[in-house]
Amino acid sequence: MKFSFGRLGAVLRKELREYRRSPFIIATMAVLPLVFLVEPLITIFRIGPSIPASTVDKAVGATFLILLIAPALLPAVIASYSVVGEREQGTLEPLLTTPLRREELLLGKALGVVVPAVGIAYVLFAVIQICARLFASNAEVVALLGQGPHILAEILFAPLLAGWSICVGMGISTRATDVRVAQQLGTLSSIPPLAVVALVSFNVFTPSVTLAVVFALVLLVADVILFRIVSALFDRERLITGARAQRQSRGDGHVAPPGTVRRIPRTGGTKDG
Amino acid sequence: MTGAHGVDPSATPPALIVDHLTKQFGQRTAFQDVSFTVASGEVFGFLGPNGAGKTTTVRTLGTLIAPTSGSATVAGIPLTSVNGPEIRQRISIMPENPGVYNRLTVIENLELFAGLYGQRNSGPRITKALEAVNLTARGRDLCGSLSKGLRQRVGLARALLNDPAVMFLDEPTSGLDPVAAREVHDLIIGLRERGVTVFLTTHRLEEAERLCDRVAILNTTLRLVGRPDELREQLFSRSLVVETLAPLVAPDDVFNSTEGVESWRPDGASSYVLSVVDPRTIAPHVTRALVAAGADVVSISESRHSLEDVYLQLINDDPEASQR
Repeated sequence: MKFSFGRLGAVLRKELREYRRSPFIIATMAVLPLVFLVEPLITIFRIGPSIPASTVDKAVGATFLILLIAPALLPAVIASYSVVGEREQGTLEPLLTTPLRREELLLGKALGVVVPAVGIAYVLFAVIQICARLFASNAEVVALLGQGPHILAEILFAPLLAGWSICVGMGISTRATDVRVAQQLGTLSSIPPLAVVALVSFNVFTPSVTLAVVFALVLLVADVILFRIVSALFDRERLITGARAQRQSRGDGHVAPPGTVRRIPRTGGTKDG
Repeated sequence: MTGAHGVDPSATPPALIVDHLTKQFGQRTAFQDVSFTVASGEVFGFLGPNGAGKTTTVRTLGTLIAPTSGSATVAGIPLTSVNGPEIRQRISIMPENPGVYNRLTVIENLELFAGLYGQRNSGPRITKALEAVNLTARGRDLCGSLSKGLRQRVGLARALLNDPAVMFLDEPTSGLDPVAAREVHDLIIGLRERGVTVFLTTHRLEEAERLCDRVAILNTTLRLVGRPDELREQLFSRSLVVETLAPLVAPDDVFNSTEGVESWRPDGASSYVLSVVDPRTIAPHVTRALVAAGADVVSISESRHSLEDVYLQLINDDPEASQR
């Protein structure tokens, strides 16, 4: 049975419906971006016309970094709930009794997180751009924010950073036994790729289209590899029973026909949990 | 041979063939060397004490976990990890905990699973499944607002969505009130009439006796497989229960001289249990002997052993089970 986009879509629809009905998730998704929006706006508006170019550079760099924190952090918490949460509410086993493949389940769940997270990141970026053009008093700020490499980096890095966070979060979720632990670990593990972004934002590397594309490609490859690792970590048996799957050895013997009574002698065995 | 409910096991290939199947978790054995066959259209009861390995067997046959050794064929498909999705497309499993999404409505829950079974126009199927479990009026309610019994019904409706060839029901009436449990029983009877093979795990022995063509009793290893009446005959000698108005003066003389009575024992002041070969043939002889002895006969009836008696007899013989 091959990969099915129909099954993937069914998982994605379910995820989005669940978010819609969960006030906590909606509140988290709404409040955190507001925090990420307010701080850069204040920074940009405080830069006067006579501020030196190096200070403007740093401020704009920090703005880009903050804007990329949203797609990196927001999905981590939700993704790390994805599998362990299903386990905790007892819905994982019914899901796994269907023809659903693990890749379809994981990708469906990943898309369910990436779509709102990246959407929010792009909206934040658009709001910053518009506000800067309308209200910023320093022309250099507007010019830097509108630079091609910066915009390209934002467009490319937002989904890729979100992808990284989601994969790490889901990887942790497939192994965790407690939702709280999974969410804390997921948040922490989304931080490393931001270090790369920080280097670019603070001009340790000079931003250029080539650099943005190279970093994006590296992140893309890392995301794909990570997704494959997470798929491999998704062990049905372990998730359902808590025990690792064992390889089957070949057995043989007779099969009794239906309609006959058989009394089978005891051969021993130990308790089943 | 025709089964108890018109099922001819030889006419179609078996729905389940389990051959020396064993599952171990490290040093711990969940079930061992289990072999049985379930005919297509049969309702097969799977009984056993807590921790006997029933749920693990269902999970193994449902491709959720891999067996350690042995082999099986489920709905005509060999049980291998490669065949997992194909097997799961043809079966359905209702776990003991129905596991519904509380933030979704009943219909949204069913839409999800219809999608997972690859059904594009799922509306009519969902309507049919809701009708089957008598839940049509609650379709737009959030599952979180439903009682446990109603959530159980959502789980059953979900299991009906893909028209399964084999349906595994793990304690389907657990937590249901008698009326709801009766509705589930009727549903299982309806499934059998439609030719669906039902693999029923239950602790309710009267449920198994009422619904199942055959039952298996598992306690890590399989102890017994057969029709409930066959099991009773095999484990218990057939007997007549005689009640007289007053105690017999010389019961030895009456019963030992009566043809067909193998042995007897008192069962109260004026009641006697007689071991006989064929209760229907021997009862008239016993009645005549009692009347001839001047006894006032209140009743003579065949002693009926329930499936519960069979189960308890087997489990009481098993010291391991009694420690669970």
